[in-house]
Amino acid sequence: MRGMLAFAKRNTKEILRDPLTLGFGIGFPVILLLLLSLIQSNIPVQMFELNHLTPGITVFGLSFITLFSALNISKDRTSSLLTRLYTTPLSATDFMFGYMLPLIPMCIAQSAICYIVALIIGMNFSINIIWAILMNLIPSMLYIALGLLCGSSLTDKQVGGICGALLTNVSAWISGIWFEIDNLGKGFKAVANVLPFIHAVELERAVVAGNLANSLSHLWWVLGYVVVIMALAIFVFLRQMKRQ
Amino acid sequence: MKNAIEIKGLTKDYKDIRAVDNLDLEIREGELFALLGVNGAGKTTTIKMLCCITSPTSGDAVLLGKRIASEPEEVKKIIAVSPQETAVAANLTVVENLELMCGVHGFDKAKTAEKTREMIETFDLAQIRNKKAGKLSGGWQRRLSIAMALISEPRILFLDEPTLGLDVIARSELWDTIRLLKEKITIILTTHYMEEAEELSDRIGVMKGGHLLAVGTAAELKKLTGEEKFENAFVKLVKDTGKGGAR
Repeated sequence: MRGMLAFAKRNTKEILRDPLTLGFGIGFPVILLLLLSLIQSNIPVQMFELNHLTPGITVFGLSFITLFSALNISKDRTSSLLTRLYTTPLSATDFMFGYMLPLIPMCIAQSAICYIVALIIGMNFSINIIWAILMNLIPSMLYIALGLLCGSSLTDKQVGGICGALLTNVSAWISGIWFEIDNLGKGFKAVANVLPFIHAVELERAVVAGNLANSLSHLWWVLGYVVVIMALAIFVFLRQMKRQ
Repeated sequence: MKNAIEIKGLTKDYKDIRAVDNLDLEIREGELFALLGVNGAGKTTTIKMLCCITSPTSGDAVLLGKRIASEPEEVKKIIAVSPQETAVAANLTVVENLELMCGVHGFDKAKTAEKTREMIETFDLAQIRNKKAGKLSGGWQRRLSIAMALISEPRILFLDEPTLGLDVIARSELWDTIRLLKEKITIILTTHYMEEAEELSDRIGVMKGGHLLAVGTAAELKKLTGEEKFENAFVKLVKDTGKGGAR
């Protein structure tokens, strides 16, 4: 336990001391929130109303957590530090939890900051916002698992392309955050509905709206992906650890 | 003197390549043993098996009574490695890197503080204690890397090419550090530098193509090959001697 916590502490520092983390992880979602709210104040669009927009932004922000996590793991794999740590009494479980645990408070903080900014610029406070921050832990687990999966299977350059470009774009464009998914056509809508991202956004929106019935269908969908991606991530991580 | 490491029939296959072939070797407690060989000789694979990073295809090794095949967790408690490339956490300071190693070995707060202080003193790291490891010169990083390996009080230390890429002064300083450790713990050193092996080691093993060609002191290996310079002795052994050379 002590070993795992020491490793988790190291990963927290490695991620937080990278200025890009704060810039993109916190700054970028907040800037998007402010920018789209400004547009909304001039040209009223229902999609950009704070109650509708903020939950989506909190989910989109998680894609950066995947990027940071995957980069941290893939860089470790190419450095000798991991070789050194593999010769210590740390177990495979210690490594996995050590990589994943620090990201949970980061996800909560990122989500909370987005809601605080939204409240400052005019979102009405309700207790549902607290529930939404907590419920965001479920999509967070999905993005954390994706980070473990990508970090364990890709090089740091590939992570930049796949997590930095592909995942953030998929998470942004086919999750119904900025525009109705119906506008993309039937094909894209079908793909979007199969993927977990739109369900994560709708889950958050339903919680903010206090719509429990609507949130459940999306919750199961996201949870299903969490279980599958997490299992796959653990399998791939253990396999690369053995290959090391 | 008691053996710290007893290797018997250690073999490692990677698909169709045999990286280490039926290695037999004994290393005494407190000895500084150098493994020499050209690239692909099997040195790093041997070290990886002894450190339980890679499982042997066949054979076994006993490290101070603990078997790598069946007791890897016990082996990991008594060894430490300073890998080929500098293995430090770049965004952590020197002190934080040392504390990380204490943490992963399960030390409590008091022992962590004590061991960190001790390593900073021993390796003269006080002036750079709060600098990020990634910002240090190659020589300082290697010194920190060895301090990180030693902080867990290992009984066997593996140094994989510890002075690779260092300038003459940094290498000389690191040699002094390694000399300080001699006889206190068992050290297995891999290197490409002949003078390093000759200068520091009690005994030297020469590997080629996964085989151990010869084992002895630098003087014994020179005598065996009839060469005056150790480098020439090494070249002669690698070029001329096949499997099963003199021991």
